[in-house]
Amino acid sequence: MLSAIDRDAERQRVMSRRTMVLGGMKAAALTAFAARLYYLQIVEGDRYTTLAEDNRISLRLIAPTRGLIVDRQGVPLALNEQNFRAILVSERAGNVSQILAQMQSILPMSEQDHRRIMRDIQRSRSFAPVTIRENLTWDQVSAIEVNLPDLPGLAIEVGQVRAYPFGEATAHFLGYVGAVSEADQAKSEDPLLSLPGFRVGKNGLEKRHDDVLRGTAGSTQLEVNAFGRVIRELSRDEGKPGSQVTLTIDAKLQHFAQQRLAPERSAAAVVLDVDTGGIVALASNPSFDPNQFAMGISSELYESLIKDETNPLINKVIAGQYSPGSTFKVISALSFLENGIDANQRVHCSGKYNLGGHPFHCWKKGGHGAMDMKQAIMHSCDVYFYEMSRRVGIDKIAETARRFGMGEKTEIELPGERAGLVPDTKWKRQALKQPWHPGETLIASMGQGYVLSTPLQLAVMTARLANGGRAVKPHLTKSVDETLLEPPEWPAIQVNQENLRFILDSMAAVVNEPGGTALRSRITKAGYEMGGKTGTSQVRRISLAERSTGVKKNEDLPWRQRDHALFIAYAPVHKPKYACAVVVEHGGGGSTVAAPIARDILLELQMLDAARASVAELPPEPPADAPAAASPAPQSAAPASPAAPAPGVAR
Amino acid sequence: MNFDLGGDQSDMTLGEKFAAISWSLVFLIAAVASVGFAMLYSAANGSLDPWASRQMVRFAVGCGLMLVVALIDIRVWMKVAYVLYGIVFLMLIAVELVGQIGMGAQRWIDLGFMQIQPSELMKVTLILVLARYFHGASLEDTGRIPFLLPALALTFAPVALVLMQPNLGTSLILIMVSGATFWLVGVRLWKFLTIIGSLFPIGFIAWEFMHEYQRNRVRTFLDPENDPLGHGYHIMQSKIALGSGGLFGKGFLMGSQSHLNFLPEKQTDFIFTMLAEEFGMVGGLGFMMLYALLLVYGYVIAMRCRHQFGRLVAMGLTVNLFLYMFINIGMVMGLMPVVGIPLPLISYGGTATLTVMIGFGLLLSVHVHRDVRMSRRGISDF
Repeated sequence: MLSAIDRDAERQRVMSRRTMVLGGMKAAALTAFAARLYYLQIVEGDRYTTLAEDNRISLRLIAPTRGLIVDRQGVPLALNEQNFRAILVSERAGNVSQILAQMQSILPMSEQDHRRIMRDIQRSRSFAPVTIRENLTWDQVSAIEVNLPDLPGLAIEVGQVRAYPFGEATAHFLGYVGAVSEADQAKSEDPLLSLPGFRVGKNGLEKRHDDVLRGTAGSTQLEVNAFGRVIRELSRDEGKPGSQVTLTIDAKLQHFAQQRLAPERSAAAVVLDVDTGGIVALASNPSFDPNQFAMGISSELYESLIKDETNPLINKVIAGQYSPGSTFKVISALSFLENGIDANQRVHCSGKYNLGGHPFHCWKKGGHGAMDMKQAIMHSCDVYFYEMSRRVGIDKIAETARRFGMGEKTEIELPGERAGLVPDTKWKRQALKQPWHPGETLIASMGQGYVLSTPLQLAVMTARLANGGRAVKPHLTKSVDETLLEPPEWPAIQVNQENLRFILDSMAAVVNEPGGTALRSRITKAGYEMGGKTGTSQVRRISLAERSTGVKKNEDLPWRQRDHALFIAYAPVHKPKYACAVVVEHGGGGSTVAAPIARDILLELQMLDAARASVAELPPEPPADAPAAASPAPQSAAPASPAAPAPGVAR
Repeated sequence: MNFDLGGDQSDMTLGEKFAAISWSLVFLIAAVASVGFAMLYSAANGSLDPWASRQMVRFAVGCGLMLVVALIDIRVWMKVAYVLYGIVFLMLIAVELVGQIGMGAQRWIDLGFMQIQPSELMKVTLILVLARYFHGASLEDTGRIPFLLPALALTFAPVALVLMQPNLGTSLILIMVSGATFWLVGVRLWKFLTIIGSLFPIGFIAWEFMHEYQRNRVRTFLDPENDPLGHGYHIMQSKIALGSGGLFGKGFLMGSQSHLNFLPEKQTDFIFTMLAEEFGMVGGLGFMMLYALLLVYGYVIAMRCRHQFGRLVAMGLTVNLFLYMFINIGMVMGLMPVVGIPLPLISYGGTATLTVMIGFGLLLSVHVHRDVRMSRRGISDF
């Protein structure tokens, strides 16, 4: 048995040994910590530094100002207006529902608005502003500003919203902007697209020129804390505002043209500069208010626009395809001349033409008698064209038509353009797998049957005739910032100048010589006269039975079955500068409905030019910049010929 | 070091005792605490309010308490060990009762002027009571299982109460401190292995009784990056803060992770992270060495003590201090689960500071009374 002392010593020995073990374990643990520290701070240090910076710095985009779209005079057609909105920061507001109740007298809110605001406040951080109402009126803004001391947490924020001062008049080519869709985001990597509230061009030129109008994103580097609260701004880059796009459009004329079409249920008109191809006016009625789209359109309104049978959202100038009717005769006639027909050769019109046992009728029941080419164009005699087209053949006519821009897209900078159709034997064989019937040539020569064209194609065709055979292409964009986009020269079309001259003279006769189908719509102001060609295209078949009992008058038919009224024109006659095409859907006769519209538009345009030229000679005045300056009161707004059309309306 | 066994210290005057206090250890404690003040100052974005100033007051009070504890004769502490243990045990029961009446996990008793966590105090009293129990035990005694059973009961009774609070971290510390004492008095290794082996089925049962948040902590520890915005968020952000500190750190008051609030609980559990973010690896290692020096003092005091009670108390306190540091730093480095253990002397918090200061007081008392005569029975000479 060990003594107490020995036992104590033994116990102490064990303890000392075990203390060493314990100490060793602690030392090992501390070494492990040191190693871990080395691993985290030195080996992985860079990675964690990056992560820490990602935590700390929040990169926020600054939306650049969208570029303006102006007309050829510099009048803004699309601009950015200040948009006032009321925002509330809940942490500064204290009692939110009390503030909202106080605001009720200034800014009436529906139960729905109230719920939306309360939901937004609950979802966002207390320091994040919540939008109470957008698009405040100036009265509302001032009422809120006055009461601000009683409304803690409330503030007025200024944003930008796209505005179209001419509204409906420019909607069809400007298009509109709208919220970014998922499809937009998938197509582009521009970080701006993910910015809340950012708007991109959705249609028309806003869409076409979106990349230049949009500008480049600016950015601000913000230091944020873990809750996203901004501590300070580290750096700021304002970005680059969008470019200004200058159009060939003349705002005043555009406004006038849209107004002039307004009485018609569904109509389109387009005016080109024959030398440049620049579109001076492009009107399609009915139209829509693009401002509603820019602010966010209601689904009911959109639904009603989509369902309207007059298609307010369709730009009929480029997307409406019509049988050109007798306006096509100028191309047929040119083709006859180019293919060796003598203009002086006469054809006798008895009102009827026989081909292979089938009767082909002239629009004038009793016939025109003996017609040479000029007379046939003036009177729009169908029989003359039946005979001559039979001699020349459809392929030759089609070839001429194509050279003047028919049957193919004009490549204008707008989406949704239709190509029209110029038929020939080859086309029919390929597309319909059928042989061409000689009778179809007769129908095509007067712009019926398979032939289809858009109003823009008709205007381009007229311009190419009027400019001496240069293949202009229609366009709306004159320049982006300082860069001119219009080509200075256009390629020449292979055509005999004398033949062209003859066609233009004949068109002048249509309007200005007694017996011409559009005589009543002539421009009487000396030096401003126009030349043109009427057209009336059937949209229904006239049966043999109906023809025997008398063709029904348009006004006796339902609107959808009435004829389209067309007119093509150029002016002035002595030195053509502008070409115009007008189509009034189901409007009746080209001479009575379409021609007066073309006359008013072309006269207005020439008067505008003259007025500007005289101003330019005077000491310079400040330019008329307000949109309201565009004259809404045309000098002859009323249709020129309200009289009922004669029992055989000229085509 | 002087291992002179000296004479009888039983009749030291108060002045002699005061002079015998290891002032270098007191100075070291103050130095570590000062690092804590600096970090709390930084955690408040360069302000004494709300943490640093209050922590200084607590430390000052704690220092006073420490010196009082140090000057009380070690034999008195031995005498009252069971009584203190009993009082704290009753407090634990009281907390449990109050907690059942109140909502959720209740860990403290509100004394009006301050809140006391009995589980923190239990760490000290458990060390005292086990030292008292084993003071006279020979190797033969500690070899007999029946002799060990009361000590096991002394350990697991409070552990069960603390687990019920529920406070997993403190429970584990209590078990480990107790385990260290058992180890030091010579309990054979196979007995530990038996206990540890039996803990596995207990662990499974405990898992069944765990709160969901405790289970999530364990799950998060096993795969912290799996759930970056949930429970793993704290550890991820802590590692980012540590790692981005680099070799020399971002500079005092410049820790972006801490000051922008990406780092959670930066003034309490994650304060070491902030230190390592602002002072880098150099600062982190320097701090750990300072802390290790405290442990070395504990060892030296234990080894120079001539009675078993003092040795066991000093070793127990040292182990306790080490465990705090081990769990806390291991946690913020992503080596341990998030168990909510503060870093003593550095972290902001009342009871933890107080407990640690009482612990240092006892350590100093052991040092001052290292040579007192004590019988096997402990109090006969007194």
